[in-house]
Amino acid sequence: MIELVDVHKSFGTQKVLDGLNLRIEDGKTTVIIGKSGGGKSVLLKHIIGLLKPDSGQILVNGIDITTLNDRELNEVRKNFGMLFQEAALFDSMNVGENVAFPLREHTKKKEKEIREIVDERLRAVGLPGVENKMPSELSGGMRKRVGLARALAMHPQIILYDEPTTGLDPIMTEAINDLIINTQKNFNVTCVVISHDIESIFEIGHNIAMLYDGKIVEYGTPEVIKQSDNPVLKQFLSGSLVGPISIM
Amino acid sequence: MENIEEMGKILLLFISIISWMVRPPLKLRLIFKQMEFVGVKSIYVVVLTGTFTGMVLALQSYYGFRMFSAESLVGSTVALSMTRELGPVLTALMVTARAGSAMAAELGTMRVTEQIDALSVMATNPVKHLIVPRVIASVIMLPILTIVSDFMGIIGGYFVGVMVLHINKGIFVKNITRYVDLGDLYNGLTKAAVFGLILSLVGCYKGFNTTGGAEGVGKATTEAVVLASITILISDYFLTAIMF
Ligand SMILES: Nc1ncnc2c1ncn2[C@@H]1O[C@H](COP(=O)(O)OP(=O)(O)OP(=O)(O)O)[C@@H](O)[C@H]1O
Ligand SMILES: [Mg+2]
Repeated sequence: MIELVDVHKSFGTQKVLDGLNLRIEDGKTTVIIGKSGGGKSVLLKHIIGLLKPDSGQILVNGIDITTLNDRELNEVRKNFGMLFQEAALFDSMNVGENVAFPLREHTKKKEKEIREIVDERLRAVGLPGVENKMPSELSGGMRKRVGLARALAMHPQIILYDEPTTGLDPIMTEAINDLIINTQKNFNVTCVVISHDIESIFEIGHNIAMLYDGKIVEYGTPEVIKQSDNPVLKQFLSGSLVGPISIM
Repeated sequence: MENIEEMGKILLLFISIISWMVRPPLKLRLIFKQMEFVGVKSIYVVVLTGTFTGMVLALQSYYGFRMFSAESLVGSTVALSMTRELGPVLTALMVTARAGSAMAAELGTMRVTEQIDALSVMATNPVKHLIVPRVIASVIMLPILTIVSDFMGIIGGYFVGVMVLHINKGIFVKNITRYVDLGDLYNGLTKAAVFGLILSLVGCYKGFNTTGGAEGVGKATTEAVVLASITILISDYFLTAIMF
């Protein structure tokens, strides 16, 4: 289980997380929603130790990762897979090498087996046969899907997705949602998904958390969320311009 | 104040590099790739600068020595200047401009596009994966490039001294062997290794700590070249004071 306890984070004078508490259940998909620039990516980076909170605890299976050194953190991270918002593919490597990277780094698998896994993962994200292309030759949506294939390469127990379907067409969005759901079910993994896509949220989320003003202001199953009369949540789901969330 | 803080951070990075260097496995493939980039691809500029520096040294010292009929010392002057001083320093400055800047730009781009974060997330330490190979490759390749530069400088000096200015061939060579010993060469190569450390450390440090998009990458690159060049020239003075 992952638990964030009273997490505070500021960049300079800008407060991004302000006493945030969140519990992420094992073997479930937790979706985080909230306005653009509200700190969702920052929150995700705290879970994997890329950012350190100014104060507060981040517990992964009971261990506070904010107190770990580089090497200990590496051990924890071996259980994680992460899809970055901008994919973050290594631009000096081709697609196949990108997806194979964690396998080559951390397993003793044979070249042939690695190639099979890469091929299988790329097929799963709808990109068969692009192994030899360079990231710069791909579209934004294709890059994102390669990032997804790379995040899934090792069969991690915990997967963090930063906007997996943003920028994809409706059909591809559906396919990626299915992939997320199936991966979650088949391997019983814990997922944290950031998403702006209201339909996808209810499709893939077991739990939904609304981030607002540096805190989780609403949390619950899709049914609970749909029926909530929290004004922040209502405005967000309806996409209305009037309400507590200002666009400024 | 800011400079002292930066020195401290570079020192911390250096300590972290050492601690990752002694922890196996060393990634030989990455080291060879960097050796090719830092070394093999710099040979052309090093040959060119070495040769012309040797040539101009011969010309200048000839005009000077001619005034008191000491033309025979042109060869040894060229050889001593090259091995002790100009070989290592010029090579280091050329490689800083070529490879040190590229290290800052490449790591800087990786930083701002979150590729370094992606490495961390995949449980691969970016210092070990990105910086250690560059530092090792630079420390190995700079002395080798310096030998090339020294050699080409002497060839250039020989060409101007003997072919153009008609200094006696035998005397030219004899005075080189008489006044230049292996100690001069070794000291020059030691300097080169230190310069290799400086240029890779500074280039990687600046790249690694880039912030602010494409503009930030440009700034990191410029700062890396300036800081590394200055540090090389200053440390050259102190190394010389210790060695000779
Ligand atoms: N490394 C950083 N340095 C300074 N400020 C940062 C940094 N990372 C994020 N921020 C700031 O923190 C705030 C939250 O950013 P974050 O990327 O988490 O937003 P987000 O909720 O993911 O938005 P989006 O939905 O648009 O991706 C932003 O105002 C951003 O300017
Ligand atoms: Mg984001």
